[in-house]
Amino acid sequence: MSELINFDQKSIKTWSLIGSRATFGMVSLDLAKNIEDLMILTCDVSTSAGLDRFRKSFPEKYLDVGIAEQNLIGIAAGLSSTGYKVFTTTFAPFQTMRCCEQIKVNLGYMKKKVNMIGLASGLVLGNLGYTHCCIEDISIIRSIPNIAILSPADCTETAKAIEASINYKSSVYIRLTGSQNNPIVYKNDYKYEIGKLIELKTGKDITIFSTGTMVYESLEAEKILQAQGISCSVIDVHTIKPIDSAAIVELSKKSKLFVSVEEHSIVGGLGSAIAEVNSTIKNSPEHLIIGIPDKYEISGDYEYIKEKYGLSSKLIAKKIFDKYKTL
Amino acid sequence: MKKLNEGELKEIKNFSKKIRKHILDMALHAGASSSHFGGALSIVEIISTLFSYQMNLNEKNKYLETRDRFILSKGHACLAYYAALCEIGFIKKDELKTFEKNDSNLLGHPVANKELGIEFSNGSLGMGLSLGIGLCISSKKKKSNFKVYVILGDGECNEGSVWEAMMAASHFKLDNLYVFIDRNNFQQTGSNNEIMSLENLKAKLISFGWNTIEIDGHNINEISNALNLNDKNKPTAIIANTIKGKGFSFSENNNSWHHAVLTKSTYEKALTELENYE
Repeated sequence: MSELINFDQKSIKTWSLIGSRATFGMVSLDLAKNIEDLMILTCDVSTSAGLDRFRKSFPEKYLDVGIAEQNLIGIAAGLSSTGYKVFTTTFAPFQTMRCCEQIKVNLGYMKKKVNMIGLASGLVLGNLGYTHCCIEDISIIRSIPNIAILSPADCTETAKAIEASINYKSSVYIRLTGSQNNPIVYKNDYKYEIGKLIELKTGKDITIFSTGTMVYESLEAEKILQAQGISCSVIDVHTIKPIDSAAIVELSKKSKLFVSVEEHSIVGGLGSAIAEVNSTIKNSPEHLIIGIPDKYEISGDYEYIKEKYGLSSKLIAKKIFDKYKTL
Repeated sequence: MKKLNEGELKEIKNFSKKIRKHILDMALHAGASSSHFGGALSIVEIISTLFSYQMNLNEKNKYLETRDRFILSKGHACLAYYAALCEIGFIKKDELKTFEKNDSNLLGHPVANKELGIEFSNGSLGMGLSLGIGLCISSKKKKSNFKVYVILGDGECNEGSVWEAMMAASHFKLDNLYVFIDRNNFQQTGSNNEIMSLENLKAKLISFGWNTIEIDGHNINEISNALNLNDKNKPTAIIANTIKGKGFSFSENNNSWHHAVLTKSTYEKALTELENYE
């Protein structure tokens, strides 16, 4: 199914082991072999992006612009306007917020196509504080026209998203979440299309929309709820924008409750995107939004913060169970 | 070094005069919606030299990879840009009258439009130079050998992103990049010195690794000569000392003409002055 990247068992296992950032670096090597006009731009984060090998192997396709994200986007747009296939990458807050207006003007307004990789988004850098955590990126980029937002469920889907972004019609923001030993959702190659959500589990009572790392947690939560006699569909919303409105409308017909689960602020992310569609549906199901509260509060390591915010499978199942009982 | 001959000089001067006339016409048509008048007039000689003489850019080569690129980073000075694009055949004279009107292609800041010769959308200050760097890197990598010309405002140099780009352009040794800094000493609400002093701009640029030249930005010979003073492996910065509102007694060095309404009577007065402008 894939032309540029080999989705064999060994690759899928390796990617999961090394995590989404390093997966980007590994996949880049395949891209460089196949795409003549490829350019990957970074802001002094080649190691963090898993690009050390790429930097050595393909120096002519690599450009480090220093710690200067505003300049990064402008240079990327300039290269793109002459036909280069351009990826930019740095940590998610700097990739999206430091250069937000450059993204708006160059990628959104001027429609110069650039694929941006936001590294270590969500809470994985919790120990480093909220300068480095990123709970706002989906919300911010979502309000800029002409940019698609991809949020891969695991490292297999990270590779899929990177591959699909190359020939996609607009600029793309790929939000990478999770750590090393990233749980595998997709064990084999599969059909991935930007804008088409994937129903991983089909149930009849509740639809759980999930994205990024929360896809795996939602699949685990589904098992717990199943044991309690509640039947859930679990959806991988790998594309937050454009959101798959038609599929959401269809799912609303069989759902008593919509749930959305994301490692992102409850403001403006997956929950908001689903709610924007759901609000147009007659007799729409009630919608429980699970995500990070609108505050900078809990610090600590990744697992600790996720647990505190109720983003583990057990706590997700509990929230859903409690809500379901009130219907 | 190739110097302008009398004929070439006369032609560029003539071109400048036409640009000023178009600026007046557009400013008049804009009416109450007002226009960025002063900062357009300060770059007339620069833009005229580039568009009528220096750049390899015309209606016929607009899709060719090898064409030179122009970026008006101080996008609010678009009156001069639209006027030049009209003179070289990209924009019809009638279309200039749509400036800032509903559904116009010619808004108060340039909106990218290949057919009209507008390569990039600009208007948010501090972004154009970075685009230019991307283009220059591409020109070298692909051996397209085009050059990139960027005009920055002096007020625009308040933006930190300008200095990110300044650092990068010399780091990447972009000797195909030419940047004019329109040093008219004013920005929106006051002089540079009042609002944010640039101090010794020349020393700043030299210390950033640029081939730096300071000229009278209304002297066409000096503009043209500066463009010939290329230094291998360095980008070229031309500090163009200019007069905001240049060409008309009422607007020269008068910052109330940064963004102002041109009335019919002032327009008539300006036309008379333009007749006698040297």
